[in-house]
Amino acid sequence: MTNQELRLKSVVLRKNILKYIYIAKAGHTGGSLSCIDILNVLYNKVLNVDPKDFKNPNRDRYIQSKGHCVEALFVTLADRGFFPESDLETLCAYQSHYIGHPTKKVHGVEQNTGALGHGLSICVGEAIAAKLDDKRHRVFTLLGDGELPEGSNWEAFLSASHYKLDNLYAILDNNKQQITGNNKEVMNTDSVRDKLQSFGWAVKEVDGHNLEQLEEALKNGPFEEGKPNFIIAHTIKGKGVSFMEGSLKWHHGVPTEEQYALAQSELNTAEALIH
Amino acid sequence: MKKYIDQGKNDTRSGYGAAMTELGRTNPNVVALCADLVGSLKIQEFIDENPERFFQIGIAEANMMGIAAGLTIGGKIPFTGTFANFSTGRVYDQIRQSIAYSGKNVKICASHAGVTLGEDGATHQILEDIGLMKMLPGMTVINPCDYNQTKAATLAIADYEGPVYLRFGRPKVANFTPVDQKFEIGKALMLSEGTDVTIIATGHLVWEALIAAENLEADGISAEVINIHTIKPLDEEAVLKSVKKTGCVVTAEEHNYLGGLGESIARTLATQHPTPQEFVATQDTFGESGTPEQLMEKYGLNNKAITRAVLKVLKRK
Repeated sequence: MTNQELRLKSVVLRKNILKYIYIAKAGHTGGSLSCIDILNVLYNKVLNVDPKDFKNPNRDRYIQSKGHCVEALFVTLADRGFFPESDLETLCAYQSHYIGHPTKKVHGVEQNTGALGHGLSICVGEAIAAKLDDKRHRVFTLLGDGELPEGSNWEAFLSASHYKLDNLYAILDNNKQQITGNNKEVMNTDSVRDKLQSFGWAVKEVDGHNLEQLEEALKNGPFEEGKPNFIIAHTIKGKGVSFMEGSLKWHHGVPTEEQYALAQSELNTAEALIH
Repeated sequence: MKKYIDQGKNDTRSGYGAAMTELGRTNPNVVALCADLVGSLKIQEFIDENPERFFQIGIAEANMMGIAAGLTIGGKIPFTGTFANFSTGRVYDQIRQSIAYSGKNVKICASHAGVTLGEDGATHQILEDIGLMKMLPGMTVINPCDYNQTKAATLAIADYEGPVYLRFGRPKVANFTPVDQKFEIGKALMLSEGTDVTIIATGHLVWEALIAAENLEADGISAEVINIHTIKPLDEEAVLKSVKKTGCVVTAEEHNYLGGLGESIARTLATQHPTPQEFVATQDTFGESGTPEQLMEKYGLNNKAITRAVLKVLKRK
């Protein structure tokens, strides 16, 4: 896939996030838009996963710790051929498998997540299992910056470096906001780089909306032999839609008909510019 | 009544340790995790023989549960080890979301359950763990009664696919079940047949129930004793069959009467065969320091308490 095609895909995936949140009248809009470029790069450039052979024991693993941004994951999986995109018309609906947080009932999802602060520990276990069996696959998780205060993350940070899990990649969707407000005001988690380095992780920082930077960081690991990998992806909540960017109300906001039309028209313009 | 002989007092946690040693030799997928309580869980031999399959997590129980869930995705059968208190209440969300809801093949092995942990007191004694675990959809809950049965149960759960809570204890207690017993998850064991009253016990209270039945026999009361090692799924058929014969029941457990075995039995009886029941259990309280014997006496968890409950329930028939 060319870089241009990848950039186009990011716009289309954004349009799909909004489309299905609009249909469902529910979802996590801002966070899904902040992490979608990361997911796009992961699933289209990095992860060794195959929809037709998903249970292959040598597949790369991806567990989304910030489970509430499930719309970003679902549209990416659909685009990658794990299930028909039209399935997402039932997003969050009664009796649908496409519920508001990742579930293994959906093809391509490794693990049920949603309660925050769980994903990294699970990935530590998976990374240990891979090392134990001398397997070469890699384990990825996406953390929200709002979930960093969960103490279990810090237990997991310790254990990952203790067990020298250089096959583990934790990506921080550093959009700097959470449901109540700015991270800084809710619970300050500044100096993540210093914190993680002091916990024994190798850290890289990228622009989380720059696909080339993301690909470069995620494809070429480990950053340091014997150290787990931490990628701080600087992102913008609501990225791609002008009136959603950096606006708290879009954490869980659902667009009205007018807002939806406006957002899609902005994204159509962005798409045309790439062409 | 059928007589049982104590083959020599031993702690149930050592039964766990012995089984782990055996699993280390026989099942390459079994891995052990521990939160800094290797000595208490008696797994040093497993570690010595399989250092690459043991993971010390330190005092970080939440992380231990998450790591265990992740290990199952890699095809391993993780056995986590810490006290019952820190295996359940402390990490309920991890167990609920990442293990039970996710249907993970994790074996949560919990020592030092109940007041018989003894001297360390209420912070380390848990009397709510059966309730916490049995309420989780899909969770199997097992509370074996002695060393031999704990060993057999540990071996059995390795062959069972799904999350399990295995509860055992610290003190040395009578070891009276057969050495080479077959452990069937969810199958009640008829220990002694009787006609006047059914005593249904679990864990450390099973031996006490046998002593109570013997004492009652001397007074002309014929008690049937059933060992329920698996609280969930409950062997309802065995329970109903017995109470239909005896017409009354005493349940006995080292656990709060709220949420324990007694409550599960009561639900079964209330919906299918209403029967007078008395509960030998703690009465909605935390524990305290003392020797196991002192605490079992104070909290009404011994053969004397079971006998009293039998005499009471017989009057309600």
